[in-house]
Amino acid sequence: MIPELGHFALAVACALAFAQAIIGIWGAHRRDMRLMAATPGLAISQFLALAGASLALVLAAAGDDFSVVNIAENSAIAKPLLYKITGTWGNHEGSILLWGLILGICGALVAGFGRNLPSAMRARVLGVLGGTSAGFLLFCLLTSNPFLRSFPAPVDGRGMNPLLQDPGLAFHPPILYMGYVGFAVPFAFAVAALLEGRIDAAWGRWVRPWALVSWCFLTCGIAMGSWWAYYELGWGGYWFWDPVENASLMPWLTGTALVHSAIVVEKRESLKIWTVLLAIGTFSLSLSGTFLVRSGILNSVHAFAQDPARGVFILGLLGLVIGGSLLLFALRAPLLRSGGIFAPVSREGALVMNNILLCSVCAVVIVGTMYPPFADLLLGQKISVGAPFFNATVLPLAIPLFAAMAVGPLLPWKRGRLWPLVEHAWWAAVIAMIVAGVSLIGMRVLPALAFGVAAWLILGSFAEVVERTLLFRAPMANSVRRARGLPVAVLGAAIAHAGMGVTVAGIAGMSLASNKIVEARPGDHFKVGGYEWTLISIDDATGPNYAARVASIAVTKDGRQIALMHPSRRNFESQNQTTTDVAIRTNLMRDLYAVLGDERDGSAVLRLHVNTLAPWIWLGGVIMAFGGGLSLADRRLRVGAPSRIRGAVPA
Amino acid sequence: MNGQDAAGAGIARRRLLMLAPLGVAVAGGAAFWTMLSRMQRGTFDPHDIGNPMLGKPVPAFNLPALAPNNGFSSADLLAAAKTKPVVLNFFASWCIPCAEEAASLAQLEQQGAQLWGIAYKDDPAKTRAFLDRYGNPYQRIAVDATGNTFIDFGLFGVPESFLIDATGTLAWHIAGPISDSVIGGQLKGRI
Repeated sequence: MIPELGHFALAVACALAFAQAIIGIWGAHRRDMRLMAATPGLAISQFLALAGASLALVLAAAGDDFSVVNIAENSAIAKPLLYKITGTWGNHEGSILLWGLILGICGALVAGFGRNLPSAMRARVLGVLGGTSAGFLLFCLLTSNPFLRSFPAPVDGRGMNPLLQDPGLAFHPPILYMGYVGFAVPFAFAVAALLEGRIDAAWGRWVRPWALVSWCFLTCGIAMGSWWAYYELGWGGYWFWDPVENASLMPWLTGTALVHSAIVVEKRESLKIWTVLLAIGTFSLSLSGTFLVRSGILNSVHAFAQDPARGVFILGLLGLVIGGSLLLFALRAPLLRSGGIFAPVSREGALVMNNILLCSVCAVVIVGTMYPPFADLLLGQKISVGAPFFNATVLPLAIPLFAAMAVGPLLPWKRGRLWPLVEHAWWAAVIAMIVAGVSLIGMRVLPALAFGVAAWLILGSFAEVVERTLLFRAPMANSVRRARGLPVAVLGAAIAHAGMGVTVAGIAGMSLASNKIVEARPGDHFKVGGYEWTLISIDDATGPNYAARVASIAVTKDGRQIALMHPSRRNFESQNQTTTDVAIRTNLMRDLYAVLGDERDGSAVLRLHVNTLAPWIWLGGVIMAFGGGLSLADRRLRVGAPSRIRGAVPA
Repeated sequence: MNGQDAAGAGIARRRLLMLAPLGVAVAGGAAFWTMLSRMQRGTFDPHDIGNPMLGKPVPAFNLPALAPNNGFSSADLLAAAKTKPVVLNFFASWCIPCAEEAASLAQLEQQGAQLWGIAYKDDPAKTRAFLDRYGNPYQRIAVDATGNTFIDFGLFGVPESFLIDATGTLAWHIAGPISDSVIGGQLKGRI
């Protein structure tokens, strides 16, 4: 009964989404107040229906209802409850439902928070969101129904891919999808603005928080995915330039550009057409990534059940959403009036440069990812593009980006001069050079330079804060008071930029990591990365749905024991699949990382890594997202009480 | 007049520029559509990493039999291919996709194809047990215990299959299991 209710709720949601699309867009076109007023209610009901459908799937999975094909294929009685729940979105059908649910949440949020929007704008935005949602829910219902039943029901399910039985999976897809799908809102605003034929500063003000929230989620999602690959796959790496990783990086890059160009629209009414294109492009890249991975066109470690027939449906859907919006763009964008003029050296100029560089990086990633299937199709060549290509092409674009990123916020709007930059950021540049110089003594050129860049980013990002608080130049109390009066957005931007610096430092540190693959018997010693590793024993252990071999490895430095590590190898009986469970000990400056490989004749293969600064990579991502969230908080405060803080204490 | 023309040309250029994103998207969409439809027909496989020996003559080998069948050499293979193309399938009992393709191979045999197998790095007893369990579609089976022939054919895993034509050329190759859609697609009319 529960799956049928879920199926019904899904169908209702799909119908509501169609109604929302037609009533929203038609009502705004006819300027019919009653129709326009109906859309928020439809959006909220659609969300409730989708929440019901998702709840039904979770309940059916938690209750081991194996008559549902999706649950029989991906769950089993012995699976822990947490994974029964998270497993509902760990497969193709369930993840499409999650997509729909998050899109529904976005619609409901626009309906709830969008009360200050002009009613025609709100109706159009909700209409576009409803149309997108309708397409995806139809796709879910027709080709990927998670509630499909089979008779007779199997006694037990086939179980879930053991790699996915991890707490990380509970949060990685929802957070990542919130990022992907969240960009549907800026997209809907862009399409609505094109339909309306008008873009002004207010549009920039509406779009930016949505873009920023999505960007924060996407940043966290990518960081989590990278971290998951690091500790779950046990390969010791954090980024593999895998097509699925690239598919998440592309909208992140254009989304980052969007977050910045929307500022220019908001403050200066400039770059409007470009910002609209970025909003459309970012969501288009989110959608295309999903499509390419699931259609089987790209090779990836993320093996979703790949099905070209399903791919044709999604491609048609993409054609409608992306093709339709770009057609509208081609028709309407030339009519939009462009706004404020600015000099090349100015805040706007710096942001344009940021956009050009970010989009160039994105273009390079697209080329590298898409080259193999296109070369195969057009030239009949079998080629794979890997890390060497991406490293060689992304790095030269990233360096000017990083150089400009730290000081861009120091430039004034409209027209600036370069000399004040030197005046305000010289100390950061000097320290960065010292860091690079000192690093050069002990390591290769590239990591040393990267440490310099990281120092530049972290310190340079705070140059504006230092400047505005007169730190070290005015008495401390004065600086503190000025810091309190600082707009939170300035602080947020500085923190987000510094977060990038932390990630760069982590990446630079990882390039200095050392590792060794050894064949060991209990009692053997090895020296890796200045640590002494001793294999003590390898024992049997059992988990809820697996049997394991667990190694005990003692790590000592200068005769003192630092850690006792237990990497294991798990064998999941029901799928006849083996996974490695990595042991990681971190002190934030380095990770000790041990993997237990195959055993033969009493000796085991061990992989031992010392990963310098590895945690900084993900820490940087979290800091970036935090900075983004902080700027968001500022906006709301400013809207509520624009001059309270400045008015209290004259500076 | 001239000023208006220039303004008109400016707007036309602007329109053209704004059409560019749509153009890129349409071109990309068309390419993806071609890929998908060819993938469905089995004439395009982006996962296939190719084989360096494709289009080249059969490398020389002479392999022992899986008793009680006869083994075969490259000369036997060439002689047989003169009458009818031979599908040469590398497999192993320890390989799961090899079990998956068993039904399709049986179908291939029923269609009257010449299907020869080489068991790669496998214990003969286990190979026999595998054939007992999943059926033996092969007319002749040889054993490549060392893996040297496997390397000469430029393979990287099992199952992989070739089609050897009358001239003794490796005319077709697939890395991964032969499925019904491969038989109905890429192999149609060639066996």
